[in-house]
Formats: sequence, structure tokens, C-alpha cells
Amino acid sequence: MAVETAESQGKVVIHFPKEKVDKPIICFLTSKYGVMFNILKAMITPEQEGLMVLELLGDAQACQQGLEYLRGLGLRIQPIGQDITRNEQRCTHCGACLAVCQVGALSVERPSMEVSFNPAKCVACEQCLTACPLHAMQLQY
Amino acid sequence: MAKTYAEINDRIRRGEAVVVTAEEMIDVVKEKGAAAAAKHVDVVTTGTFGAMCSSGAFINTGHAKPRIKLGGGRVTLNGVNVYAGLAAVDLYVGATALQEDDPRNQVFPGEFAYGGGHVIEDLVAGKDVRLQATAYGTDCYPRKRLDTWINLADLNEAFLFNPRNGYQNYNVAVNLSDKTIYTYMGVLKPRAGNANYCSAGQLSPLLNDPTYRTIGPGARIFLGGGVGYIVGPGTQHNPVAPRTDNGVPRAGAGTMAVTGDLKAMSAEWLRGASFKGYGCTLVVGLGIPIPILDEELALHTAVSDADIKAQVIDYSQAYPRLEPGSLAEVSYADLKGGSIALDGKRIDTVPLSSYSAARRIAGMLKDWIAAGKFLLNQPAETLPGPDSGYAFRLLKERPVEE
Repeated sequence: MAVETAESQGKVVIHFPKEKVDKPIICFLTSKYGVMFNILKAMITPEQEGLMVLELLGDAQACQQGLEYLRGLGLRIQPIGQDITRNEQRCTHCGACLAVCQVGALSVERPSMEVSFNPAKCVACEQCLTACPLHAMQLQY
Repeated sequence: MAKTYAEINDRIRRGEAVVVTAEEMIDVVKEKGAAAAAKHVDVVTTGTFGAMCSSGAFINTGHAKPRIKLGGGRVTLNGVNVYAGLAAVDLYVGATALQEDDPRNQVFPGEFAYGGGHVIEDLVAGKDVRLQATAYGTDCYPRKRLDTWINLADLNEAFLFNPRNGYQNYNVAVNLSDKTIYTYMGVLKPRAGNANYCSAGQLSPLLNDPTYRTIGPGARIFLGGGVGYIVGPGTQHNPVAPRTDNGVPRAGAGTMAVTGDLKAMSAEWLRGASFKGYGCTLVVGLGIPIPILDEELALHTAVSDADIKAQVIDYSQAYPRLEPGSLAEVSYADLKGGSIALDGKRIDTVPLSSYSAARRIAGMLKDWIAAGKFLLNQPAETLPGPDSGYAFRLLKERPVEE
């Protein structure tokens, strides 16, 4: 299956316990279950803990089996939906967030020059939380 | 034939004034020519809505019973340090002031979650703000402590007094280093990953009257959603900056000090803001009406983004080291179009000043004037211009011998 045509099966946050941080685990999603994934975020601290945000791609059943496998290894799996939202009252449509949005979820409408936010394109990388001076971009758990 | 302020104000009072925004004026002059446009149009309105760090508010809290002399003491508003080096209960809240326990950049890049700009926004929004103070106590002002809520409605005077607003043009910031940097121009990605700019260009007040013919102390303006006045040249006013043939500066040039009654302003147009790794500030809504006294002003207010140039500056090295050198000259038409060319590479542009909000401010000011609710005030004098010799200076550091 070509990556371009693989259907997104949603995004998950994977919490690695201390004893699993140094094990090669995620690669089995592909080798055992044929699941493709896009790493949106990874914070791994050896001998402490790890957190990874993945977008899973491909067959729905295979993705579920892959996640079961990870759960079986003691990893905590947390599905995420549209976890970045924009507080419309705070947003001044300045455009500062455009500096960091890599996926085109934030873009300028022309000629209005207003900044539009498309949650469907958002991969929850959280960079806009940093770049927005008005704190208009917010993380919803 | 030249018009006077009095004639224009008469027309405003009668509801007959022709008022257009600086954006609309571009087409008016294109269609009618400058001479006919000067006859037809009375006022052109401008606007800008961006972070302006040199902003703040004077407030008078009213006297406590028994009295306390905050002057010379230590005072915070919602934990933010405010200036108390004035009379007993006069304070100045500066936009970039921080809370004492803010971690600042100790963990880099710092968040700068709440500062003076946010205090001003909260006051204007009508929220209660906590005032905590310690003072040394005197015979006439015996108290040494105060901890109370204050509200803008209960204060005596409260006025915005911004030493530098409305910069006439500004740098375009890029980062030529190999790591992301966090600046007052926003997040700059490595290897010129983005180019950030912050002027409203063709709608920006001082770019529409580049030689300050109608700009000076006493001129009535839109400030923070209310009415304000120009006080004089702002700090770092630099009229001698290089200019194009149409008189428009090609880099940061003129600035204005402005003031206005905080109680008549709106939290929609005064916003506390946080620049990661840099600090807190205030986003200020500013709009200036320009009377079309003659053909030259018609021509000047018809300036368009294509005719306004700015310099691309490296904020990883040249800016912090105060080294001269522009990497490129670009136009606001390019910047607003979404990308510029630098060394043969296309770079995405990022605005920091809300152009849609600038358009709304110019529109509101136009409506106020057209409805006869806002008259123009002729400045007592005009700001020092390009031929004045007035120029900004760098600090002359001198060794201090102990």
C-alpha cells in the first residue's frame, strides 16, 4: 500500500513505562502487523519514561491488533481526537502561528488576510501553542 | 487648492465629509488622479494592530484609609511589578513587566505567561486586579501594607501612555543560524526557515504620511478602541532613515508617543501577549486619520504595498550584535503574498501584525468620522521630519573605573 493512499486510522498517544523505554517496540507495528505510522512527536528519556504521538495508517483491523500488541507489552495507549483548538476570542489573526505549522492546518486566507485553522489537517505537534503570543491555540485533553 | 482643518471639520459636522480608508484611497487616486482625489476626499483613515512593547498605563488608585504612600514602596498588580516611583498613589504599569516569581528564561525558552500587558488587558476588560504593596510608612502616610482588589471603574485617572508606538516600517526577521531562535519577531526557524514581518504596510499610519505633515502633538487618534492623542515623537524616532523616491522610509523610521483615556478603551484592542523566550508585551490597536489638505497628501495616502520596501535582517547574528547589513530588500506586496526570495531560495513569510484587524480599525475610524462623532485636531507642531537632522543614537558605552 502506498503511503499516499493509506487511510488514517487516527492518532494515539503512547506512554512507555520506564522498563520499556530502551526496547525496540514500535518497529513491530510494521514488521508484525503491517501498520504504517507517522511519528508526530516523540519524547524518550532513557531509564525514565517515554511518550510518543503516532498517526496510524492502513488497515483498521491491523491497527487495532497492533495496538493490542502494544497494550500487551504494558504500554498505555490513549487515543486522541482533535486535541488542539483555537479560542476565537483570543485570536487576533496576526499570523505568528504560521511560522511553525508544517502541515498547513493554519493558513492565511487571501484577500481577507485572516488566519484559518483546519483541525482536520492538524497533527497535534503543539508548535502553535508556543508560537501564538495571544495563547489562542489551546490543548484539550 | 488647499483645504484647512476647519473646512474638513465643518464637513464632518454636517455629515458631508468624504472619508476612505488608506486601502480604498489607492483605487481612488488610481481612478481620479491625485488632484481630483485631493478635492474629493477629506480624510483617509489608517490602522495597525501589533505588539508594541513601549506601552503602559498610568493609574491613580485613590487614597486608602488610613493613608499609604506607595511612592518609593514596592507594588504589584496580579503579582506583576509596577512602577511606584511617583506620588503617593500614582502607578505606572509597563507592558513588559513580569511577576517576581516568573521563571523568565531560566528554562529556555521561557513562557512569560502573564505580565504588564495582561494586567492592562484585564483592567480594561473590567476584571478585578489584586494590588499588593509594602511601604516604609511616614507621619502623614502611616500604613506599611496593602492587599486589595482594584477595578478600573473605581480608579481616579487611568490613561495609557505609550512612549513608542506605530513604528513607521520595520525589519523583516530571518534566522541564518542552525537552531531555532525565539525573538520579539516570533519563532524563527533555522537556515532562514521563515521570514517574519510586522508592519501593516499600506494601512500603517506613518507610512501614509511619510514626512509627518499631519502628525504631531494634539492630533486626535484611535487608540485601543477609544480616543487618544499623539504626544510627540516616540522614543527612537529616526526620520533620517533611507527613503525611496516617494519619501517612504525603507527601514524603521518615525515613531510616536501616544496617550488616551484607558476607561474608554476596549480589551478587544488592547491585548496582553507573550513571546516565547522573549517576554510579555501589549498588542495595541492604533489608527490615525489623515486630513487630505492637498494633492501631496492624496498621493502619499495612496501608497501601496508594492511601493513600500523593508530590509531582511538576520536575527541570529547581525541584530543581536548590532552589526549593519541587510540581506535583501523586499516589498510588502511580496511579504503579504506569502513568500520572498533570499539567495535564490523561496522563504515563507509570517505576519506578526494582524492585517485584518488593521483593516477593521481603519474602517471603524472611518465610520466614526463619517458619522460626525470624531473631529480632526490640528497638531500644535509636527514631528521632526527627514530634513530636521533629528536622528536616533546608539549608546556610547564608557568604561567605569571603580
